[in-house]
This record gives sequence, structure tokens and C-alpha cells, in this order.
Amino acid sequence: MENKVLNKVGLIFENVDPKEVLTKAFNMSKDEVIQQVLDSGLKGRGGAGFPTGLKWKFTAAEKDPEKYIVCNADEGEPGTFKDREILDRVAYKVYGGMAIAGRTIGAKEGYVYLRGEYKFLLPKLMKELDDFHKMIDEIGYDFRIHYRLGSGAYICGEESALFESIEGFRGEPRNKPPYPTTSGVFSKPTSINNVETLVTVMMIIKDGAESYFKLGTKDSRGSKVFSISGDTPTPGIFELELGMSVQQFVDEFGDGDTKAVQVGGASGFCVPRKKFTETIIGFEGVPTGGSMKLFNSSRSMYNVLHNYLDFFTEESCGQCTPCRVGCQQLLKGVEKVKKGESKSTYLNELVKLAETMKIASKCGLGQSVGNAFRTIVENFREEIIY
Amino acid sequence: MINLTINDQKVAVPAGTTVLEAAKSLKINIPTLCNHPDLCVAGNCRVCVVEQKGARTLVASCATPVSEGMEINTNTLKVRNARRHIVELLLSEHRSDCTKCYKNTKCELQALANEFAFGDNIFLDLVEDHSYTIDRSSPSFVKDDSKCIRCQRCVRTCSELQYISAIAVANKGAHQKISSFHDRPMSHVICTNCGQCVARCPTGALTEKTYIDQVWDAIYDPDKYVIVQTAPAVRVALGEDLGYDPGERVTGKMVNALRQIGFDSVLDTDFSADLTIMEEGTELLTRLKKALVDKDASIKFPMFTSCSPGWIKFIEHKYPEFLPNLSTCKSPQQMFGALAKTFYAEKKKIDPAKVVSVSIMPCTAKKYEADRPEMRASGYKDIDFVLTTRELAVMIKQAGLDFRNLESAGYDNIMGDSTGAAVIFGATGGVMEAALRTAYEIVTGREVPFNNLNITPVRGLEGVKEATVKIEGCTDDWKFLEGAELKVAIAHGLVNANKLMAEVREGKSPYHFIEIMACPGGCIGGGGQPIPTSKEIRQNRINAIYSEDENMVLRKSHDNPDVIALYKEFLGKPNSHKAHELLHTHYVERDNF
Amino acid sequence: MYEVEDLVKDLSTKYGTGRSSLMPILQGIVEKHNYLSDEVMVEVAKTLDISAAEVYGTASFYTFLDTQVRGKYVIRVCKTITCSMKGKGEIMQVIEDMLKIRPGETTPDRMFSLLETNCIGWCHKAPAILINEIPYTELTPEKVVEILKSYMKTK
Repeated sequence: MENKVLNKVGLIFENVDPKEVLTKAFNMSKDEVIQQVLDSGLKGRGGAGFPTGLKWKFTAAEKDPEKYIVCNADEGEPGTFKDREILDRVAYKVYGGMAIAGRTIGAKEGYVYLRGEYKFLLPKLMKELDDFHKMIDEIGYDFRIHYRLGSGAYICGEESALFESIEGFRGEPRNKPPYPTTSGVFSKPTSINNVETLVTVMMIIKDGAESYFKLGTKDSRGSKVFSISGDTPTPGIFELELGMSVQQFVDEFGDGDTKAVQVGGASGFCVPRKKFTETIIGFEGVPTGGSMKLFNSSRSMYNVLHNYLDFFTEESCGQCTPCRVGCQQLLKGVEKVKKGESKSTYLNELVKLAETMKIASKCGLGQSVGNAFRTIVENFREEIIY
Repeated sequence: MINLTINDQKVAVPAGTTVLEAAKSLKINIPTLCNHPDLCVAGNCRVCVVEQKGARTLVASCATPVSEGMEINTNTLKVRNARRHIVELLLSEHRSDCTKCYKNTKCELQALANEFAFGDNIFLDLVEDHSYTIDRSSPSFVKDDSKCIRCQRCVRTCSELQYISAIAVANKGAHQKISSFHDRPMSHVICTNCGQCVARCPTGALTEKTYIDQVWDAIYDPDKYVIVQTAPAVRVALGEDLGYDPGERVTGKMVNALRQIGFDSVLDTDFSADLTIMEEGTELLTRLKKALVDKDASIKFPMFTSCSPGWIKFIEHKYPEFLPNLSTCKSPQQMFGALAKTFYAEKKKIDPAKVVSVSIMPCTAKKYEADRPEMRASGYKDIDFVLTTRELAVMIKQAGLDFRNLESAGYDNIMGDSTGAAVIFGATGGVMEAALRTAYEIVTGREVPFNNLNITPVRGLEGVKEATVKIEGCTDDWKFLEGAELKVAIAHGLVNANKLMAEVREGKSPYHFIEIMACPGGCIGGGGQPIPTSKEIRQNRINAIYSEDENMVLRKSHDNPDVIALYKEFLGKPNSHKAHELLHTHYVERDNF
Repeated sequence: MYEVEDLVKDLSTKYGTGRSSLMPILQGIVEKHNYLSDEVMVEVAKTLDISAAEVYGTASFYTFLDTQVRGKYVIRVCKTITCSMKGKGEIMQVIEDMLKIRPGETTPDRMFSLLETNCIGWCHKAPAILINEIPYTELTPEKVVEILKSYMKTK
């Protein structure tokens, strides 16, 4: 397994001339753009990690004349706040990425779905959007972006739930297939990309696929913006090259007493101290949408788990059985074990339940509740019981 | 064709087929819960998950289309464990008071539990953690949230089939529930009481409000004279709850059973269905005359039928500006009720105060209809209790009757005679056909010009049907209709009714007369009929209805001897003053939410 | 009544009357009135030609589309893990004491509502709250007192 040293990068927040990058992109053929993105090795930065170039290729191949590019700015994963920062500082690069995506897949319109919690940013973002629209008009490119606000529903970060929300419905994930590339928002072919992904595309076009490909590892190319919080002297946003181990990360950001790192938020994985060295942050190890939470030895991992389960019990959309009822069972189950009202062996049943949720839930939310549950229970069993 | 294997068996099915359907074609049974043949795919309950080779997770077979080379296994250990867990999870949020539950032995969750989750519960009971409501506000049904498993069949029914959405999914996560508008009582929202949700609920979360005990009490009260009427659609479906196949007619056995149960008179709603035709047919012709001869601008067309209480409530809520278009005729149930405590009591020399009038209906909305304040023309509550087909089956079982071996019996007289025209009221298009058989003959003196009286264009399960009847050779009284083309349309299921109503609202409706039944298939698909229901089952019931019609000696309402006698001895003539007092009603504008 | 009709009319003129206008319209109403009354939901249903139960069902899915009466200022205290670790409890206590209400409640003068909420994306500056749409971060009990005082003055 490759293991890169911790390397701070400055791609995402680097100021560029958007007109120049867009002109460069628009002078390339659509296939060339797709090829560049494929060659860069870029995988979606929201967390699921689907190759961005493939997503665009599939959407571009659809015959429907009406297509959409959607920017997923419904950043709700506990511990993630990078998209807010990106939008606050370089929204024009997000819009630029959308325009490039739009031209590549054949979409004349795009939506940014911004979580309601970030509504305070909207006036500024809209002003920057006006400027952007003026700029692309100057270039002579016909493309428009609209904003849609969320209203406090974590699940709307799931792509098909997000579409439902844009369409005016409850944010309930759809059955798949069909995938968004064939039937997305308004049942039209849609490429939905994370805020950071779209900015990264701008940089790939500007600097070329090769320089991006050089960063990171075989499975995790490039760099990534991390949202770092918890027991750390330096909480905040850091763009780091992918491929470092959790140990290297902790050496840089820990407070000297780190006992666990939750990688990927409530839906991610808990890495205990004994596994810091062997665990790589990236798709070959623990994937993350950027959320990195450090816990020192003063923290109760029962409280952490309880907090996460409480979160999921509220934020599950509620439509499918494994997720709706499973979350409640996990929460109540650990409470009962903690109180001594259920045997500690009941945790084994709950781990099996978490596995069922992983394989039988309708969408990524229910499928990933088990990640934190299993890794916390396995590594901190005593803290859960006593 | 798409080639795939399921449990190592090869199968080729058309593109777009789901894994569930493909498995069915191989006679491989995959359990389901949220799936229903009348409704869109939901993929919520996850009971039907199967293993797909190469897939990261299990897939819901109801929601997954087949693809070339797909390899599916429906019965691996992984699948079995997941399925068991899912059923256990559903049970953990479901109040399992099975032995006391009205749906006991008829509950789909119970059947699944029986197969997959017997023995001790794996998971903790969550019912105590929720503050569930049991809504008994509707006279037609009970909504018990503690038994709800959130499959959303009811929600899909209410929106996809009925275009009402009186209920919707509310809240999220652990608090997700099926709710009316802001949790208002079902009696205070746009609900039509059609009971289509009840007919599709897999558990005891939605059940008809039963009046079985009240009816038994009345039967055993020596001071009461209990008469019962049976709706046309009951006789072709009751058998399904008693071990017969869909579409088997059990009219004679049913009449015998009712008598053995102890009803003092066993009478037929078919009688008052014939009467309805006399009243409604006359009303239509009178409206035509007023409009065409008297040039009375207040007469509105199209005229709508008014037999279906779910439809009545629908138009009252959603299209109140068209209430003047509704026929003022009461439904057959209520015409019967008004006569039971007047004419019938008089003929039988019984004190009407002692008459208890019970009706057996394929319908839950009839319970509501009987409760409407307008329905007291006799000076009493015209209909005391309405039982569904399902409730009658329960009573037959409670009475210990060996239904299959009962002799056939005939209805009692005075209000027991009927014609084939009345029988077909039970199927969509039936009221229209019956009305045309009579109206055409009134106007022309000749039978309606269709082979063997079968007006086939108005029959069948097409959502909206239309027909044109050219009126030729009118008698002197009706010369103004000579050469006229009477345009009629029929819709069943309120989503189809809404299509016709939208046309009417836009002023584009070309019709003179429209028949609407709230339920898919008409009354044979009513919310009070045996469960399950599907298009095939409804078609079988319809076939039975038409063969019942063909086997009748009399097939036109105006030939019904009891009806003829009623007019002669009591009402005078159709639409007479007395007929209006007893047999006609008015409607109420209601809120659209 | 007319106010409700006018507001819904204005919003539907701005956003349209298709189903996809539902969220922006509901958000617009909440921005003005802080919650969705039954009256307003019925009006929206009528305008968009959908059932009122659907409007309620959709609104109740979204935490910020309240269907309960809320005050002029809705305080949402983040309860997710980092804020929880970094003193959310204390912050909550200070607000409860100052406003004399419990989470889920609204002050009798309908000025403030106090609610808990899930992660609002300020973990690195925990603990954090939202007052209507404005985030306040790196809170201490003293800071919260000052913030609330400033809101009380704007009455």
C-alpha cells in the first residue's frame, strides 16, 4: 500500500482567472474534457467516490435534449464544513466547474442545492452568480445556474433525495436503477457533483490532468479538503494530498492524547489508536468526504456513538424499514446495554442488525449507519457496556 | 428479451420486467409487503430483497428491473437473515395484539412473521416509545397508527387511484407517519371514506369500523324487526371470504345464510336499484325536456349519477360548483332505507320505530352515507347499520353456518324483486346501462338497440368510457328528442372521475350524462369487498355480475313488478312529490382539504 | 386571511405554481412568519392544486419548515457531537435561564423559540447556534448572553 507523507496543498482555494479556464475548456472538445477528467483520476469529493469522468461520460451519452448539472451543496455530514468555506471563498470556481460540466454533458441549466443552514451565504453567492452569468455571456456561452435551498434535512445530500427536494417533494431517496445519469432531476439525465469536485475540475482543466494525477495514490488521486474538528488544537479547513496514514494525520492535528479518529463523519468509520499506522485515509483505507473528528482519552465513545445514532434516528427519511426501524433499535439497544437492562451479548445482535442495514437499506444513509456503529462497538466495546 | 438466471434457472423476459415478476414467471415466490398490483412500485419495506451476483448490497426485487446476464438468488443465507431481520424490525414497531386484532389471520405482516420470524423477538419493543393515535372519527373506518408499518400502500392508493391524498406521509425518521392534514381527525378532512386504503392495508392499521355486535344485538332483541338488504356487488364477492374463487356467485346461499342468522326479512338493494333507475331516468329526461323544450337555462349538463357516496363526497369537496349537476336521487341503499320505515313497515303492519334496517354493502362509504343528516326521510335514521361484505362473512362464520352446503334461497317479497338492470349496478357502467335500457324505452317505446340488451361500449375496466346513443322513432311525448345523440361517459376510480371533472370545469365536456363510481371497477371493487383485490379479481367479479344479469328473467328496471306496485300503491309516479320527499336528497359544499 | 392570500399569491407569482415551487414558497412563508400555519398551508395547497395533506407531509419532512407556532427569533442550538463535546449543554442552560423556556418552547411574547438542531457545519468553531439564519460560533455563556440581549433590544 502506498503511503504518502502529509502534504499541504493549495489547489481548491487558489485564485484563478475563471474566464481563462473556461475559455480553455470550451476550446477543447467534449470528449477531450471527459478524457482529461478521467485521466486525472478524480473521484467524487462528496464521499461516495464515483469517478467524475465516468459520470460525465454516461450523462453525455444520453440522447435526451434536456439535461441538468446539479451541484450538491447540501453538506450535512456531521463534521463537514468544507463546502461552506469553498462557496464562501471561491464560489466562482464552483460555477465555473458547473459550466464546464454543463457544456460537457449537454446541460443548459444547473442547480446549486444549498443546505438551509447556509442560507446566510445566499445574498453574497447570488451576487457572485450574477457576475458569473455576465462573464459567460461575454464568452458567449448559453448557460444558467439556479439556487435551491434545503430546509434542514440531512438526507437531501443523497442525490436522488436532493432531486426529490428540488422537485418539491419530501426528500426521500429513489429506487436505483435508474441512476441520475439517465434519470435525475425532473427525470432528466443529470450529473450531480459535489462542490469540491466541481472546483477540482477547474484546476484539472487549468493545470492539466497529469499534475493532478501525480498527487495521491493509485486508488485516491489528487488532494482533498478536510474539515478537521474535535480534540485538536488546530480545527479548521486543510487541503491535503491523499494517501497519508491516520497516524501522520494525528501527528499533525492531534492534541497528543488522541484515542480515536472518526473519518467520514457519522456515516464514516472510527479508527482507534492501535490502527492509526495501518490505516490510510483514502479509498484504499477509510474513505471520507472530508470530515475528520479527533477524540482524546477524556471522551466517552458511548456518548459519541449515542450522538450519532440519535442523529440518524432523526435524519433517516423513514421510508425503508431497515433504516427507519434499525436506527431506533441500535439507539435503544445501546442505551439498554449501557443501563444493564440488556445483556452485553445483545451488542452482537445489534452488529448483525447493522450488517442487515448495510445490505438491505434503500440508500446510502441506511447502508452506512452500520459503519460507525460497527467500528465503535468493535473497538470500544467496554466503553459501550460499562 | 432479457436473459437472466434466478436460482440457477434460466429465464427470458421482456425488458422492463422486474426481478420479482421474472421470479414469478418461474413460480419462485418472493415475499412482498409494500408491493401491490394496483399501485406504483415503492421499494420501501425491503422484504423482497434478493441477492444479485456482483452487487454490493441486496436488491429489492420489486423495484429492480432485469438486466442481461443478471444472476439472482432469492434464497441465500444472506437473504434469509436480512429478511428475518426486516420482518422482526417491522414487528418491533407494530402493536402485535394479534389474537384481538380484527385482521387476525388476514394480516400480511402476521403471515410473514409466521414464515420468517417465529419464536422470541430479536429486537426491543418500540411501540411503547411512540405516542400513537387511534383515529375512530370516521363512521367508516378506523386508522390505528400503532399497527401501521409505513408501507405507504394507503398513501399511494389515495393519490394514484383516488386523486384525493387525504393522507400523506408526514415527518421523517423515527417520527415518520401516515397523516391527514396536520393530524386532523379523518372525519374532518377531504377523505371520501371510499375505503380503498382499507382494502389495501396489509395490517390492522386501516380497518372498516365494524357494527357486527350492534347488528347481533338487534337480531336478538325480541322487540326489534330487523330487515336486511344486500347490494348487487356483494353476491359476486362474498364467496371469496368463504373459500370460493373470485367471481363465483353465491346469491342464493347468501340469502339463506342471512335468514339463518336471524334477519326477519331478507330483501334486496337490487329492488331499490331498479327504483333508482326509474327516478334517475325520469330526472334525466325531465332535465332534457326543461333544457331543450322549456329553454330553462338553470338546467345543468352533464348530469352525474349519485349512487356512490365516495363520489358524492369527492365532488362536494373538490368540485362543489357542479353540485347542481348531480342527480338528486338518493343511492339505492338510502332509497331502500327511506321506504323500509315507511312503505314497508306500513305494508307489514310493523311499528317503524321497531324496525332496524341493516344493509350489506361492498362499501365503507355507505356507512358514512347512512350517517348523513339528510338520510332521515322516514322520520328515523333510514339505515341503522351498514356492514361490509367482509363483515357479513364474519357473521356467517360466527353463526357457525356451513356456507358451502347451504341450500339456495330466494329473497322475501315486497322489496325483494329485482331485474338484471339492477344487478349490473355493481359493475362500472352498470348504472349507465340500466338507465339507457329504461330511458330509451320510455322515449321510443322500443328496447335499446343493442344485441340482447347488452350495451357493451359502457362495460369493461377502461378508466374512462364513452358511448353515443342515437334516439330515433320517439313517441309523441318525446318528439323533441327525435334524432338527438345522447352522449354518455363513465368513470370509475376517482382519479378517472377527476379527468372527466377537469373537462367539465374547462367547459369541454360533450356529455349529457356521466356515471361515476368512486371505486376501481365500480362497487365490485368497493372498499368493503374481500381482500385482496387486483384487476384480475375485479374482472372476475364483473364477469359474474354480467352472467347474473343474463340469467335474470327480467332485465329492465321498469319491468320490476315490486317497483311497479310501489308506484301504484304508494308513490304515484316517478319524481312525484312523495318520491321527492323520500327518494331524493341535496348536497353540501365542503372544504377542499 | 387576506394577508395570507396575498403572501402566497406574491410568492407563487415569483416562483410559479408548479410542484417544484412548493419548497421556495414554503421557505418564503417561513422567512416572513417563522412557521407555517394551517391556514397558509391550505392556501398553498389551493394555489398549487395539490392536497393540503401533501403540503403538510412535505413541510413536516423539513426541520426548518415548522408547522408549530414559532417566535420571531428561532434559536437552534446544534446538538451534534462536536458542539456537544464543546459545551452545548452550558449554552443551552444559559438560554433556557434567560428566556425561561425549555427546548421546543416559545416565549409567551412570541419573540423567541428555542430548539435543538443537528449539525449546522461549524464543528471547528463549536459550540454554535443559529438565530433564524444567522450563525453564532465559538460561543461562551457570556457571549450568548450578549447576543440574546442584543436581540431583546431590537424588539
